[in-house]
Amino acid sequence: MSRLVVENLNKSFGALTVTDDVSLTVEPGELHAIIGPNGAGKTTLVAQLSGQLAPDSGRVTLDGRDITRASMPERVRMGLARSFQITQILPGFTVLENVALAVQARQGSSFRFFGDVVRETALNDAAMAALAEAGIDERAAAIASELSHGEHRRLELAMALATKPSTLLLDEPLAGVGGEESDAFVARLMAMKGRFTMLLIEHDMDAVFALADRVSVLVYGRIIATGAPDEVRADPAVRTAYLGDEEEIPA
Amino acid sequence: MMNLFVLQLLNGVQLGVLLFLIAAGLTLVFGIMDVVNLAHGVLYMVGAYFVATFAALTGSFWWGLVLMLPAAVAVGLILEYVVIRRLYTRSHLDQVLATFGLVMIANETVKIVWGVSPLSVPLPEILSGSVPLMDPLRYPVYRIAIIVAGLAVAAGLFVTINHTRIGMLLRAGATNRAMVSALGIDIGKLFAIVFTLGAVLACLAGALVAPILSVDTGMGESVLILTFVVVVIGGIGSIKGAFLGAILVAVVDTLGGVFGPILLRAVLDPSAAGQAGRMLAPMLVYILMAAILFARPAGLFGGRA
Amino acid sequence: MSVVSTSAPARAPVLAPRVKAALVLFTLFALFPPVVTALDDPFLILIGTRILAYAIAAMALDLILGYGAMVSFGHAAYLGFGTYAVAILSSYGIHDILLQTAAAIALSAVFAFVTGAISLRTRGVYFIMITLAFGQMAFFFFISLSAYGGDDGYGLRQRSTLFGSDVLENEYALYYATLVVLIGLFALSHRIVGSRFGRVLTGIRENATRMEAIGYSPFRYQLTAFVISGCMTSIAGVFLANQAEFVSPAFMSWHRSGELIVMVVLGGIGTLSGAIGGAVAALLLEEFLGKLTEHWRLWFGLFLVLMVLFSPRGITGLIQQIQQGRAR
Repeated sequence: MSRLVVENLNKSFGALTVTDDVSLTVEPGELHAIIGPNGAGKTTLVAQLSGQLAPDSGRVTLDGRDITRASMPERVRMGLARSFQITQILPGFTVLENVALAVQARQGSSFRFFGDVVRETALNDAAMAALAEAGIDERAAAIASELSHGEHRRLELAMALATKPSTLLLDEPLAGVGGEESDAFVARLMAMKGRFTMLLIEHDMDAVFALADRVSVLVYGRIIATGAPDEVRADPAVRTAYLGDEEEIPA
Repeated sequence: MMNLFVLQLLNGVQLGVLLFLIAAGLTLVFGIMDVVNLAHGVLYMVGAYFVATFAALTGSFWWGLVLMLPAAVAVGLILEYVVIRRLYTRSHLDQVLATFGLVMIANETVKIVWGVSPLSVPLPEILSGSVPLMDPLRYPVYRIAIIVAGLAVAAGLFVTINHTRIGMLLRAGATNRAMVSALGIDIGKLFAIVFTLGAVLACLAGALVAPILSVDTGMGESVLILTFVVVVIGGIGSIKGAFLGAILVAVVDTLGGVFGPILLRAVLDPSAAGQAGRMLAPMLVYILMAAILFARPAGLFGGRA
Repeated sequence: MSVVSTSAPARAPVLAPRVKAALVLFTLFALFPPVVTALDDPFLILIGTRILAYAIAAMALDLILGYGAMVSFGHAAYLGFGTYAVAILSSYGIHDILLQTAAAIALSAVFAFVTGAISLRTRGVYFIMITLAFGQMAFFFFISLSAYGGDDGYGLRQRSTLFGSDVLENEYALYYATLVVLIGLFALSHRIVGSRFGRVLTGIRENATRMEAIGYSPFRYQLTAFVISGCMTSIAGVFLANQAEFVSPAFMSWHRSGELIVMVVLGGIGTLSGAIGGAVAALLLEEFLGKLTEHWRLWFGLFLVLMVLFSPRGITGLIQQIQQGRAR
């Protein structure tokens, strides 16, 4: 059974169709990447898959369960976590506290009114593990708002990991990250492959073609091609769609 | 019974028209500038004091009304320039604190300038008396005049909002602020105009009601909260919502007070019905608000919650 | 274990001053009655009790305003529930303060749950106006309660009893009882803020979208905090009624709600002890200005407006700056 199944998803804002009959599957353990030029509707698609935005029609299932109407927190509790293209963190909290809260969401009850949460080693240890996985453990005690942009991207990933998801929706995790930092991030995702099912939205073509098992190409809200990276790269329709766009598909 | 009903219905509409005049400005200020203005009720009070003063000075209600208008414009502009303008980018908490401060300042200033005893404004000669409505029922001419004047202003406002350039900007601004600034409009000027327009309408409501109410420092308070209910029910930023909300709130408030106990008498014994009715009546509009919000958190015509 | 030690240094400077400030305030409060005795002005002790009661209310409001970013403009309603619980029960011969407090809390819990559930479906400006409207609804309800004097209020024939004793008739005993309750509720609030629940509540304040993306539904946590805050505020009302030996709808006017917000903000939001200090400052300022001029509200209002206008990012911004400076 596919882990994540999207069937005939549609979404319009007024006359503008941003998601046009999108269907795709993500198999367990697969890294499925979605690429597409700016304005292709990638972020709107993620919003519908994560429960932030309701589709006009269509169906989304996770492990065979219909989650089309489930809220974002409900989906997270079922194992579908996401990261944001524009960093969403708790700015006044420490890095550790950010992630410990994500751990707490799935561990025991949050309706505990006594007991110092700072001293809960179970939460802190699990949070440290997620921080280590995302490569930001050395910054655990820093206030989140004071991190660099690259560190924010890693914290985003750590928070998603800390919810112990089966499936990760990664919305341009490399946005604004360059050079060595970007290479290290790709290596980190590579190390995660197989253990998590991932749907990766990304602009960085080198990263996509290095990481993805399958690639889908989204243009004007429609998926115009899906397949192994090499097939997609050779697809004439994809080449046409990208022609004139400043982003080149590496040959 | 029918007579009483018609009478109270007219009273409800008259109150509704006044509430609309106050709510129109408030809903635009909320919708377009996203500013919580607790001092809006103060403007209603100030309008009444202005007309009382000018009418006493000139000996004519009409001159009082005419002179009130430039004074209201001045108050609106000054308030916007000195305080409100600086609150646009602030948190709602800051806006609450500053405008709460304004309420205190205004109430005390009014007490210092006009004293604590209520003022009264004589009815203009031509509008005193009453007209036969349904035999033997008569209705005061002045209240009819308020309804007519209020509806005329409402109509003018609708035309302005729906058929002029500034109206188009207001509508656009209430739903999408970023778009208006993208059009290259001087937002600062637009905000000043909106706020002043709202201030004048609130002052006008206060001035119109002055001859049939005693003019005192508390008059802005109860009206402010009712106006909030109107704006919330109608949906923030919606003039149409403010109009329907105002009429709805006013009619429910007026009829509920009279007919609540009568209806309750059908299920309770008379003294218990009277007691329960007296307690429920003032809560009716809030229960109405709760019910509407439960079904539609953004109000009847609101886009954003 | 290294985990705890890495997070502890970041936490300690935030927490310690808050508790320290509270301890200083509590010590001063405890030393106040002997000073009053020395000054031989027993009226001062009544003012003291009033300040302590408002400190409880302001602290309770800070739980949702400071930690949950919910600007409730209807909190005076809960003060009113506390005062009327005393008046109504005592008119039926129930004078025990524990029973009266329990009734106040029960009524507040129901009201906060229902009105909170409706208000919390909305955000920002809506939330402020709706809480204000519900507060006003409670206000009008008690105005129409003619059996208890309606608009004019209702004088208590006696103060509440504690385990059958009329010890609270003594001004000093009432003062210290209020102080004990204030300290107890501070300890409780302090625990809540530092608990799992408190962290979730603060997280929602920081970034609600992020909290949803890690699996929290903000509504239920916010509503719980709203109910807790309302119940705590009503306890302040129980003591206010005893202090004044009089109840009236004036305790629940929207001005009173505004004053509670002013108290919280004056002392610094989201610190608990700040709200207590703010209650002291606001009420002393009121007493002081009130002695100077009958138009003290003019100056108080002017003070508020100027403070918002001339602090660079408003009062809230000013306080955030101070807090961040302290945290570093």
